[in-house]
Amino acid sequence: MTEKLTRQPFILRNPSILVVLAVLAVFTVAVTLLSQAYGNGTVPTSTVKVLGKTLCLALAAVAMDLVWGYLGILSLGQMAFFALGGYLIGQWLMYARTESIVAASLAGNPIPPTPAELQEGVANQIFGVVGSSDLPLVWAFAHSLPIQLLLVVAVPGLLALAFGWLAFRSRVNGVYLSILTQAMTLALALWLFQNDSGFRGNNGLSGLQNIPGLDAVDQATLSVWFLWASALALGLAYVLAAWLVSGKFGSVVRAIRDDETRVRFLGYPVEGFKLVVFTLAAMITAVAGALYYPQAGIINPAELMPIASIYLAVWVAIGGRGRLYGAIIGAALVSLLSSWFTGGRAPDINLPGYTVNWVDWWQVALGIGFVLVTLSAPKGIAGIVDHLGGIRPPRRATGEVPQPAQEAKA
Amino acid sequence: MIRPLIVLALALLLALPAAANPALEAVIAGNLDQIEKPSRRTVEPLVAQIAATGPEGLALLSAWADRSLGVTDDGRLLIVDGDAVTDAVTGQPVPGADPKMLRPNSGVRGVIESALVAGEISSPDPARRAAALASIARDGTAEHLAALRAAPAEADPALAAQRDRVTALLAIRFDPDPAARVAAIEAMSGDVGLDFRAALNPLLATTRVAAPAGPEANIARALSAGEADFPREAAIALLTSQGILQPRLTPADQRNALAANIVDGRVGGIPVAELSDPAARDRAYEALEAAGAVAPAATEAEVEAAIDAHRFFEIYAEPNSDVTDAARAAETGAQVRLAAMTGIDLGLDALSLASIYFLAAIGLAVTFGVMRVINMAHGEFIMMGAYTGYVVQTLVANRTLSLVVALPLAFAVTFGAGVILYRLVIRHLANRPLETLLATFGVSIALQQLAKNIFGTQARPLTAPAWLEGAITINDVISISSIRVAIFVLALLFLGLFLFIMKRTRLGLEVRAVTQNSGMAASMGINPDRIAMMTFGLGSGIAGIAGVAIGLFAQVTSELGQQYIVQSFMTVVVGGVGNIWGTLAGAALIGGLSKVIEFMNPANTLAAQTFMILFIIIFIQFRPRGIIPQRGRAAEA
Repeated sequence: MTEKLTRQPFILRNPSILVVLAVLAVFTVAVTLLSQAYGNGTVPTSTVKVLGKTLCLALAAVAMDLVWGYLGILSLGQMAFFALGGYLIGQWLMYARTESIVAASLAGNPIPPTPAELQEGVANQIFGVVGSSDLPLVWAFAHSLPIQLLLVVAVPGLLALAFGWLAFRSRVNGVYLSILTQAMTLALALWLFQNDSGFRGNNGLSGLQNIPGLDAVDQATLSVWFLWASALALGLAYVLAAWLVSGKFGSVVRAIRDDETRVRFLGYPVEGFKLVVFTLAAMITAVAGALYYPQAGIINPAELMPIASIYLAVWVAIGGRGRLYGAIIGAALVSLLSSWFTGGRAPDINLPGYTVNWVDWWQVALGIGFVLVTLSAPKGIAGIVDHLGGIRPPRRATGEVPQPAQEAKA
Repeated sequence: MIRPLIVLALALLLALPAAANPALEAVIAGNLDQIEKPSRRTVEPLVAQIAATGPEGLALLSAWADRSLGVTDDGRLLIVDGDAVTDAVTGQPVPGADPKMLRPNSGVRGVIESALVAGEISSPDPARRAAALASIARDGTAEHLAALRAAPAEADPALAAQRDRVTALLAIRFDPDPAARVAAIEAMSGDVGLDFRAALNPLLATTRVAAPAGPEANIARALSAGEADFPREAAIALLTSQGILQPRLTPADQRNALAANIVDGRVGGIPVAELSDPAARDRAYEALEAAGAVAPAATEAEVEAAIDAHRFFEIYAEPNSDVTDAARAAETGAQVRLAAMTGIDLGLDALSLASIYFLAAIGLAVTFGVMRVINMAHGEFIMMGAYTGYVVQTLVANRTLSLVVALPLAFAVTFGAGVILYRLVIRHLANRPLETLLATFGVSIALQQLAKNIFGTQARPLTAPAWLEGAITINDVISISSIRVAIFVLALLFLGLFLFIMKRTRLGLEVRAVTQNSGMAASMGINPDRIAMMTFGLGSGIAGIAGVAIGLFAQVTSELGQQYIVQSFMTVVVGGVGNIWGTLAGAALIGGLSKVIEFMNPANTLAAQTFMILFIIIFIQFRPRGIIPQRGRAAEA
């Protein structure tokens, strides 16, 4: 890089930021103008919700790309943070809404309810389904929106910090780390599946699409608001992530991905860099989850089974690792395609003697397609963009010794 | 218990020629008054006389005890069994009779029963003695104890042992002499049989009482309100149930009482709107109480005083303290032995779980451990093996034969699948482990969905042959199902096979050479690519066989592999990559710990899994390279 380049504001050095922000803005405005709440109603509310959710998934994919594409950690536990964010905001949504319902029903009594009675009623409503009537300790702050919002970032952040500190400190790397993150997610999912963990077991939290205090606002309007919020979060996170990976910090992070040992020998605190990126990505993912689940309406522990996190990795891989916009493209494209194909709206293919029903065969096609992308286009869709834009990877000695296995084969 | 005896007696009756029994006739004729109006105290000699007259006498007795004996006006005794009426002496049917039914009281029936049992247990036929003993063991009474003690010595050693045991158990429960009961308990202490523990339980049953001073009873222990297993609430509930304390006012009662006494928007002078405050509610209630509008409720001070004024005891229902002490000691002994046996049983369970994990992981130990190729589709190979077993079973009816066919076929199928996967995908991703992970994951979701499309979503049965069903039972506590033993044997077999291949065959030699230094191996004329392919196929083939074994006790679904894949990876990673003994150690550790955690919290298997995974995450912190770490240059690869 020349002296002149480094003096430029980083946005000018990363024209993709402007493109992404512009596309995002145009998309948001277009959907708003076509929505039922603010436009001519071409786009039904359910589609607005799907688009809003897709933006949240893209946000999670950006965080995944930070961790995997830039830092080189294939984390198979990102959806744990996503779901945690959803659970934490869901606690407030469910508590506050149940409280207003219980208060309304108790208001019919001759004697006004005491705070204890109110809370007992709420607990009964929420936890009756798992045979409990006590409010668990983890719900202690559920009545307060500011605290729960803080927890949305703090809890996944602390979890990532603790897990990362343990794992990075003992130099767990590569495939081991992937399996370890997967195990962490599985442990969390199994814990949430228990009825006595305080999160309603496999019932999960439901009714999240109703925002307490906004009963007068209909779902059509709410869906657009959430779309705006999701787009805003995605834009902000994109700028933050691009800024993070553009400067010297970003260079070190990419260096860690390419050869961790050398970076360590150069005197950089590798664990510190990894922790910062891993924790930040967890927080971004949690925010994405907190925006996603009010639009989805329901969250249950199945959402964070390891398979979900692997799908996230699949999206990023198809979109293109190491390119932030690739993550957005991959997540948006594959998740929309998935919901289209599995939604039963895709036309069946009539082969002689067999009808290919996409609901049954989409997973097979996705799996095979994914193998093909990994084999033949490791840079994913972003690789094609790079090729069209004439961006070439810098030529440098890789230090990789040609594999004898391949020599012998040739 | 009378019924089997009646049936037995009637069956004998029918078998015998219908001959008159003069001795019985004489006894009846001489004691008709006694038979019609028997007395508990004097009936014993009469019953003995009747019993001594032979099978007809016994049949008469059992009918008498069962209240199905009637007497006619002319002094004949008739046995009524539903519509059939027979003469008790001759055994001839008596049509159209209308006898007066005899209704002996329970004391008399007890005497008759013990006489019957005495007759049965001294019967010359061992089968009848055994039946009588079994019947007493099920439902013994004090009379049986006397009858057993009076019976002649038992010749058959097995029956003699059983009779001694039944006698001792009855002695514990019914012997009038406490010393004899204590002796019986002490003689049996150390036994862990369910029957012995069942005999002890009623002796150790306790009730809780509250009394101002120590009660005149066999006190198990004194309680103090507030200790761990006797919280203050329990003390209050006990005092309330004994009528010492008025019931405490629950918030709901209080609210209802207040709501019933609203006058002009005020309760007890306090505005209704202020009643959302608990303190205001208390004030309002006190005001109502003072006005006499509501029933007084126990206040906190009254509760405190009542608790202070009383002492709390657990007392035994059994009055004799020697007996309860002996029972307590025997119970403790039984518990200790029981704990030891539960430990053994737990060990067996853990061993069986470990062998399942080992079986599921051994293929991975080959592909991941030796070759360093991570295969997320390994679980789907296990599933393929299980489905192969299922398909074979639909074609071959004989279960044993189908299993014999399925095992090698599953190996062949998954070996082929492994080789194809290697040729098409894995070879092109050499030394890119994360990409391999993702690509094989793509294969895994495709295979899973494919299985769903072919076999449907419902579970398919893979039934074990009959000789593998059932369990090996050592006693009431220790038992293990045969299928788990078979899996353990299979795991051992595979361990041996793996060691043999790796250490004693050309293939193993070449595999080890390629793992240690691929370039050097190639220059020695080994084709590393072929070796890698073979090894991968071998690992996949073993996964297929593991699939058949797992399918035998689990449901075969398309998600079968998913359930084992994380645990399998954990097993290999915890054990240490590249070492089969490490995999064994990992399986033993994970299997054992899972069972121990499950044992400590049996209601919650999910919690067990959660803690297990957390343990593994922490374990990896301290032994990042597993229990048996790989050393040397290969470890750096």
